[in-house]
Amino acid sequence: MAGPLAGMRVLELAHERTAYAGKLLADAGADVRLVEPPGGCAQRRHAPFAGDRPDPEQSLSFWHYNTSKRGITLELAAPRGRELARELIARVDVVLEGEDPGRLESLGLVATDELARRRELVWTSITPFGRSAPRADEPATDLTLLAGGGPAWSCGYDDHSLPPVRGGGNQAYHMGGHYAVMALLVAVLERERSGLGQLVDVNVHAACNVTTEFATYEWLVARGTVQRQTGRHATVARSAPTQARCADGRYANTGVPPRTSEEFGRLRQWVVDLGLAEEFPEIFLLEMGMQRPRIELWRIGQDEEATAIFAAGRDAIMLIASRLPAAEFFRQAQERGIPVGVIYSPEEVIDDPHFRARGFPTEVDHPDLGRAVTYPGAPYRFLRTPWRISRRAPRLGEHNAEIYGELGLGAEQLSALRDQRVI
Amino acid sequence: MPASSGALSHVRVCDFTGQLAGAGATKVLAAFGAQVIRIEDPVRQGRWDILRGAPPFLDERRGVDLGGGFNNHNTEKLGITLNLRTERGRELLERLVCISDVVAENFASGVMERLGFGYERLRELRPDVVYVSNSGFGASGPYRSFKTWGPVVQAISGLTFTSGLPEREPAGWGYSYMDHTGAYVMAIAILMALYHRARTGEGQWVDMACTEAGATLTGPAILDWSVNGRPMRRPGMPHSNRSDWPPMAPHGIYPALGDDSWIAIACRDDADWQALASVVDPPFAREARFAALAGRLAAQDDLDAGVARWTKEREAAATARALVAAGVPAAVVARPEERIERDPNTAAWGLWPEVRQTAMGRVRVDGLPVHLSRTDWSIARGAPSLGEHNDRVYGELLGLAQSEIDALRGKGVI
Repeated sequence: MAGPLAGMRVLELAHERTAYAGKLLADAGADVRLVEPPGGCAQRRHAPFAGDRPDPEQSLSFWHYNTSKRGITLELAAPRGRELARELIARVDVVLEGEDPGRLESLGLVATDELARRRELVWTSITPFGRSAPRADEPATDLTLLAGGGPAWSCGYDDHSLPPVRGGGNQAYHMGGHYAVMALLVAVLERERSGLGQLVDVNVHAACNVTTEFATYEWLVARGTVQRQTGRHATVARSAPTQARCADGRYANTGVPPRTSEEFGRLRQWVVDLGLAEEFPEIFLLEMGMQRPRIELWRIGQDEEATAIFAAGRDAIMLIASRLPAAEFFRQAQERGIPVGVIYSPEEVIDDPHFRARGFPTEVDHPDLGRAVTYPGAPYRFLRTPWRISRRAPRLGEHNAEIYGELGLGAEQLSALRDQRVI
Repeated sequence: MPASSGALSHVRVCDFTGQLAGAGATKVLAAFGAQVIRIEDPVRQGRWDILRGAPPFLDERRGVDLGGGFNNHNTEKLGITLNLRTERGRELLERLVCISDVVAENFASGVMERLGFGYERLRELRPDVVYVSNSGFGASGPYRSFKTWGPVVQAISGLTFTSGLPEREPAGWGYSYMDHTGAYVMAIAILMALYHRARTGEGQWVDMACTEAGATLTGPAILDWSVNGRPMRRPGMPHSNRSDWPPMAPHGIYPALGDDSWIAIACRDDADWQALASVVDPPFAREARFAALAGRLAAQDDLDAGVARWTKEREAAATARALVAAGVPAAVVARPEERIERDPNTAAWGLWPEVRQTAMGRVRVDGLPVHLSRTDWSIARGAPSLGEHNDRVYGELLGLAQSEIDALRGKGVI
């Protein structure tokens, strides 16, 4: 069965800013043609490498972000390369590129010209600051975007002699990628009715700015400045810890403490079942929590009794966490209807029984290795049009014959283009 | 910014979402002109969404219509009240589903079934409906009844662990990153399903688990485990201010002059390093062992100490300007005020549109970090007050007479 985007054709100019958006489209069934320079794109040099061999075909970052795509090589700086790019563009619905503003124009590939040439084209640019922003030409990386765009200010430790922390995993490009896919899908849906394409301008710095939750609207609404705290929300006024060190030295997040009568009842029973009632004299406060229908969060700090009951709930959870291994704490709490989370490392997620039972770990065949490799799986499950990794990331130029063949180029012509370093 | 030309004006969404993880998804659709009808419970005054009536507040007033976060996440939506405990309430919902393209919700998994509105029922009412459910763990599997908040999702999915300094507890994300991201992924799922429907006429159900969406965001680390057997849980890891993938050094967040002032610097290659060295006073920057990337990676602690000695004597903004002028990526760790009020880039973009919320008055909100050249987004109306659009939706859309609407209000159905 085909994915929801079956029939959509995309030309992606390989770049670290486009790779994730391209993967979302390709795994959803779009035909994504990845264009790399003849020497390979920069992501092929990104560690980690399979077997730690720094080989352009062994980059695990490249593998992950380029599943389900077909790959070709093309030198855009060569005049013949530009002509071929135009022919490729003529055969797709969407162009996806992340070049620094001005680079493609300097090569003679101007988005607005291409849109004038093909009115149904959706051209999507993902740039650090937007195509025409005051700061459009400034150099940037994931780190500097997360720092200048806001997320880093909110992340780190209670101890402010330690630096703020960049969330791991190049998340600025995920933020930009998510907005790119939302916006280009809106444009494609609109085209279904109007027959017209358009230019989609995606600004990663702005994406970071609006992916900061409380920090932004606390300022916009109340002119408050949040302060970073260990493992929990940055807030204007310091809040109590929610990250617990469990009996096995691993950590858990204790979530939002109990607020309803039923939750206090279940928590009290858990304290009793674990034989901790004598160690926890505040258990009477849990019983008081059982008498009230609910504690609204906005009452905390205003109503003295509600505040004491809420704090006792938090203390009881912290006490229990310190007595159980993290994974056990998580399962027991959730089975009792108390939403907490074990802090897993990435490899522990992929090995967890729930995600295994749902088939989240996804085996992708790597014929050249003679085996399958486990990848993270579907972010969403479409009942009729399943998400699917249709193939491993392309080897450099793997689909040159196939895709240039569609343009009518035969083996001899391709060989000549290869000799001229055009492909 | 051109007025919205309503790219999605043909789409009507029956919206049960709340918090940010759900409401953030339908906010994007509404900004592009979809008619999003938010359904709230009159008995609990819509407080299933814990942000309704929660801080921050614009002034000294308090109340269900005055929550700053709720307003931020629900701009451009219509709001109605509907009591699904009543027979008449369920009947009205059936009529609304019949005329909706999308049903979106982020209840715990199984809640819609219990309400009598699981996918099978929705499909009877509207055969081509796109139904997207977004829960913590999805509709199947041993944890399907487990509940989550953003920070719990981040913990489970590996994102908390991968954010921190070595030999310390996880720093995690100081906000609900996965509520934002869950909303983005949910919006993408809705749009993909609408694309399929536009091409084939087929609707469908999309089961989304926020923890799985989160776990897709640590891909290279998962492959390092599945291919190389190397776990992220190992001594010295994580060290997320450094960059192993791709390798860069120096790469970090360094102290600057002033209280809690910091600067992020990333040298992508040897050229960036030479440019930095030309800005930084000698002699440390001229040391031969730092000339090539391999040497800098091997001596990162010394390198970072040298950079920090230099940055901490200077103002962050001045350092950032000097490095950027030399072509080196650098940025102040921006406080909210700095990036919202003093960054020409966010202002020029129109990133903080001012909306009018009926009860709050005028207030700025998050805009979208994209611009479409022909059918751009527009955000001008604040979140709906509780039941604000009852007359419009029940009257104009469902064709009820005003007397009927008043009677429903009297009986507590709406």
